[in-house]
Amino acid sequence: MREKIIELQNITKTYDNGFTAVSDFNLYVKRGEFITFLGPSGCGKTTTLRMIAGFELPTEGKILLNGKDIANLPPYERPINTVFQRYALFPHMNIYENIAFGLRQKKMSEDVIKKKVKKVLELVDLEGFEKRSVATLSGGQQQRIAIARAVVNEPEILLLDEPLGALDLKMRKEMQLELKEMHERLGITFIYVTHDQEEALTMSDTIVVMSKGKIQQIGTPEDIYNEPKNAFVADFIGESNIFNGIMTGKLKARFGGGEFECVDDIEEGTLITAVVRPEDVIITTPQEGTIRGTVTSVIFKGIHYEIVVESGKNEMVIQSVRAPKVGDYVGMKVDPDNIHIMIAEDNTNYFMVDINSDHRLEFNGKLLDTSVTKIIKGSRRLENGSIADSAGEVIDPQRTKISAAIHPRNIQMTDDISAGNVDGYISNLIYKGDHYSYVIHTDLDQDFIADDEYLWNMGDHVGLIMPVDKMTFKLVRK
Amino acid sequence: MIKQLSRIFILFVLVILYAPILILTVYSFTNATNIGAIRGFSLHNYVTLFTTPELRDMIIGTVVLALVAALLATILGTMGAIGAFYSKRQVSSMIDTLNQVPVVNADVVTGFSICILLVVVLGISKDTFIPLVIGHVTLCAPFVYLSVIPKLKQMDASIYEAALDLGATPQTALRKIVIPQIASGIVSGFSLAVTLSLDDYFIATYTKPATFDTISTYVVNATKGAQTTIKTALWALSAVIFVIVVLFVVVSNLKAENEEAAD
Repeated sequence: MREKIIELQNITKTYDNGFTAVSDFNLYVKRGEFITFLGPSGCGKTTTLRMIAGFELPTEGKILLNGKDIANLPPYERPINTVFQRYALFPHMNIYENIAFGLRQKKMSEDVIKKKVKKVLELVDLEGFEKRSVATLSGGQQQRIAIARAVVNEPEILLLDEPLGALDLKMRKEMQLELKEMHERLGITFIYVTHDQEEALTMSDTIVVMSKGKIQQIGTPEDIYNEPKNAFVADFIGESNIFNGIMTGKLKARFGGGEFECVDDIEEGTLITAVVRPEDVIITTPQEGTIRGTVTSVIFKGIHYEIVVESGKNEMVIQSVRAPKVGDYVGMKVDPDNIHIMIAEDNTNYFMVDINSDHRLEFNGKLLDTSVTKIIKGSRRLENGSIADSAGEVIDPQRTKISAAIHPRNIQMTDDISAGNVDGYISNLIYKGDHYSYVIHTDLDQDFIADDEYLWNMGDHVGLIMPVDKMTFKLVRK
Repeated sequence: MIKQLSRIFILFVLVILYAPILILTVYSFTNATNIGAIRGFSLHNYVTLFTTPELRDMIIGTVVLALVAALLATILGTMGAIGAFYSKRQVSSMIDTLNQVPVVNADVVTGFSICILLVVVLGISKDTFIPLVIGHVTLCAPFVYLSVIPKLKQMDASIYEAALDLGATPQTALRKIVIPQIASGIVSGFSLAVTLSLDDYFIATYTKPATFDTISTYVVNATKGAQTTIKTALWALSAVIFVIVVLFVVVSNLKAENEEAAD
């Protein structure tokens, strides 16, 4: 067991405008570890890194470096160095002076500096670049210099803030492996920040998944991938099919329009979130399948096909080396081991919505009054009504899916069936103290969870009113 | 046809712009006593300009004043810009606005009010040169601020943090990283300050010692007077200033082009 090098205790960062970027963050990092903060933009990962570097001071909490609190120490007194997102090389200095900058602050002799610069340039494979100016270097080379400039100081911890974000895909892949190798060679603790889950899975010993300023899960890449702790992690890491469902018996769960056997022993009647990875779905004949549906899309992805099967209103994304044809009616089954069941945390309902021929959002054949351009970052509506993305390319409604999420407490139940966005029959109800939690099974084989303070009966036919302003949308491009 | 018209128009504009100074320059090389009658080529205006002690002292005094005021204004303006840039948003936008007012304000108001404050209220004698220098620094510093701020905004903000991260104290980071990055802004602010101070008439009239004259105040007085030798020597002075300005503009443009080519 290696010792802890840095420990963050109850770290909270609230800005002057009241925005809390990080709340009650607890984490320790072991010496020599490669740890990655992973999360979407705005999740607080960079803020956390900046607090470790000393550029931001936490509002509350302690940062212990080798047991000593450094939370209020200025950055220049911390034995920690940073590789910045956009390199942050000093443009008016040549490569030698850039790398020597940190050593000069420590008043090292010119001889020592010269040797160290030479050695570190060898490490990053840029021997002989001493006299070059920053502007003559490519992005990848600048990134190596930025790494060299940080590493030459032999920091106890190296912080890397999305260091590969500005590089093209091929360069990024190369640098991932190089960084990993460098980490092994140097033995320095790396704290890495990225929003790229593949990068995190490839490089890290430990991944910290963050969302909205909070840690969602800490674990090895395998743990995070195979045993996601909640729907957010499952959705963020890798591709997954996520269903709301309910335990219907011992080791039996109903979700996605069928009853599956599973290995998680959870009490009957518990609301669950089920995660099935696309590569774990087996396509069978309709008779053999636990659920059945029609193939709506098959895309060749190189090593496998990505197949989308629609079963009722549920959609299953499947990765397989053998492809059925679009329009085929197929069965699907999943090995019980490959079904990951989590007790639903907040029971948020996830469902797919369509983009209709007018490029407006539609669910269950009813228009949703929201702007598609707001959901797709940087997009705008063209004069003919279609939508172009940030790159100016017209979005094909056939190939674009949007998933919507709504919390049960925001769904209103009504007996005026036509008033609802969707209707169904109550198949389960649980009393939750101050309200009832209902499971409504729709004709489209979807289960919705809705909270209501009034008592309805099992089997009641109800409409569900889902206000569009309470929904959150996410673009899922196929 | 249109092309020709546009050429003629440009020529017309150029003539309006440059003819006056060219006429003055031509006359400065003659022994004419007033514009109109050219009698012959002569350098006597230039001889007078550089040998009359009164004129020489006035020119040197003006230049020294401009350099001192510009230096002080550059230090203050740069410090102000850096301070404002690293302040919180409200503070920095407030400083921005406060800095705009003296820029737009009429010089005569600035000069007069400085005179009132320093000489009348605080009782500082004009002979100490303090009101004059403060007046010119007040005139120039906001312009230095304005030429430094854009450079700070263009600078990659993370390089300052990178310097701190590599162990530099804020002072070292400022000196070794931030200042070199905004140097071009500081230099252009300084040159702007020098020209503003050389140009100024109003602030100088209100704040200068009675025995001291800048080129502007001197010229205004001399053209009113009847001393012809001095008056015609000022033609030579105008020509010299014009040549210096042209050289300065050409050199700095060439330099800018070279820098662009290097990028």
